Amino acid sequence: MKARVTVTLKNGVLDPQGKAIESALGTLGFDGVGSVRQGKVFDIELDHEDRAKAQTDLTAMCEQLLANTVIENYTIEIQ
Amino acid sequence: MKAAVILLPGLNRDRDMIAALTKISGTAPQTIWQTETSIPSDIDLVVIPGGFSYGDYLRCGAIAARMPVMQAVIERAKAGTRIMGVCNGFQILLEMGLLPGALMRNAHLNFVCKEVELEVTNAGTAFSNRYEKGQVIRCPVAHHDGNYFADGETLARLEGEERVVFRYANGGNPNGSVNDIAGIVNEGGNVLGMMPHPENLIEPAHGGDHGRGIFESALDLALA
Repeated sequence: MKARVTVTLKNGVLDPQGKAIESALGTLGFDGVGSVRQGKVFDIELDHEDRAKAQTDLTAMCEQLLANTVIENYTIEIQ
Repeated sequence: MKAAVILLPGLNRDRDMIAALTKISGTAPQTIWQTETSIPSDIDLVVIPGGFSYGDYLRCGAIAARMPVMQAVIERAKAGTRIMGVCNGFQILLEMGLLPGALMRNAHLNFVCKEVELEVTNAGTAFSNRYEKGQVIRCPVAHHDGNYFADGETLARLEGEERVVFRYANGGNPNGSVNDIAGIVNEGGNVLGMMPHPENLIEPAHGGDHGRGIFESALDLALA
C-alpha cells in the first residue's frame, strides 16, 4: 500500500522560501500569482494492506518526526 | 563542575566546544556518542554543539532530536542538570521539545556568518550571571536556519517569565527572529538554547573574550 504525506507551513507562519519563489514567478512574467507556500511531500510504501493501521501509523510518524507541529500542518492520503 | 559534549554525525563545532570547555574549566569534557542511552549523574553541564547534524535533512535538528542519547538528555534536564545547545544544538533542543518554538529559514534566505551584538536581557540565569542586565556583548553567528518563531501565547509567556536571555542588539537581527530573540531558557532555567557561538569568542586570539562569561556562568566557576 502506498501513502503520500504532505507537510506545509501553518497559515500565519512566515514562509521565506515561498515568498522568494512567489517573487521569482513574478520576475519570470507570470502574473496573477496571489501567493506561494512551499512544503514537503513524502511518498511512503507500506508492506501491508490494513488501512486503519496505516492511518494510525502515518499519523504517529507525522506527529513524531515528519512534521514539526509548532509550525507545520500535515495531510495523509492513502492510495 | 563536570561537563559533557554530545557527539552526532554532521556536527562540526564539537571540537571548538571541547576546546573552549577545556580552556575555561581546565578539564576536558566527557564526550557522549548519540547511541548511548545514559548520561552519568555526576555530569553538571551537557552541551550540544553546533554544526549540521544529519546534514539538516528533513528539518534542522529533527533527526538528531530522536536519537537514543536525547532521551537521556531529557532525563538529565528534568533532574536539573544544566543543558546548553548552541546553533544546531538549539535547533535540536527545540525539536526535542525541551524549549518552545521553532527555528526557521533566515528571513532573507541567506546563510549568515558574521559577528553580531547581543544584549543580555536576563543576567539572573545559570548561563548569564557573569554579565550585567542590559550589557551588550559581541558574538559570532553562522547559520541558515536561525529565524526564531513561536506563537503569540508562547512568546508572551517567554517574555513575561523573562526567559529571553539574549537578544540581537542595536538593530542587528541577522535572521528575522521574532522579538530579536537570540537565546532562551526553559521554565526551570537549567536549559539554554542560543543561535550565536560563544565558544568562538573566548580569548584574545579570537579577537575578544565576550563569550567566556556564558561558560563561566554555566560551569559555576568561582569568581576570580
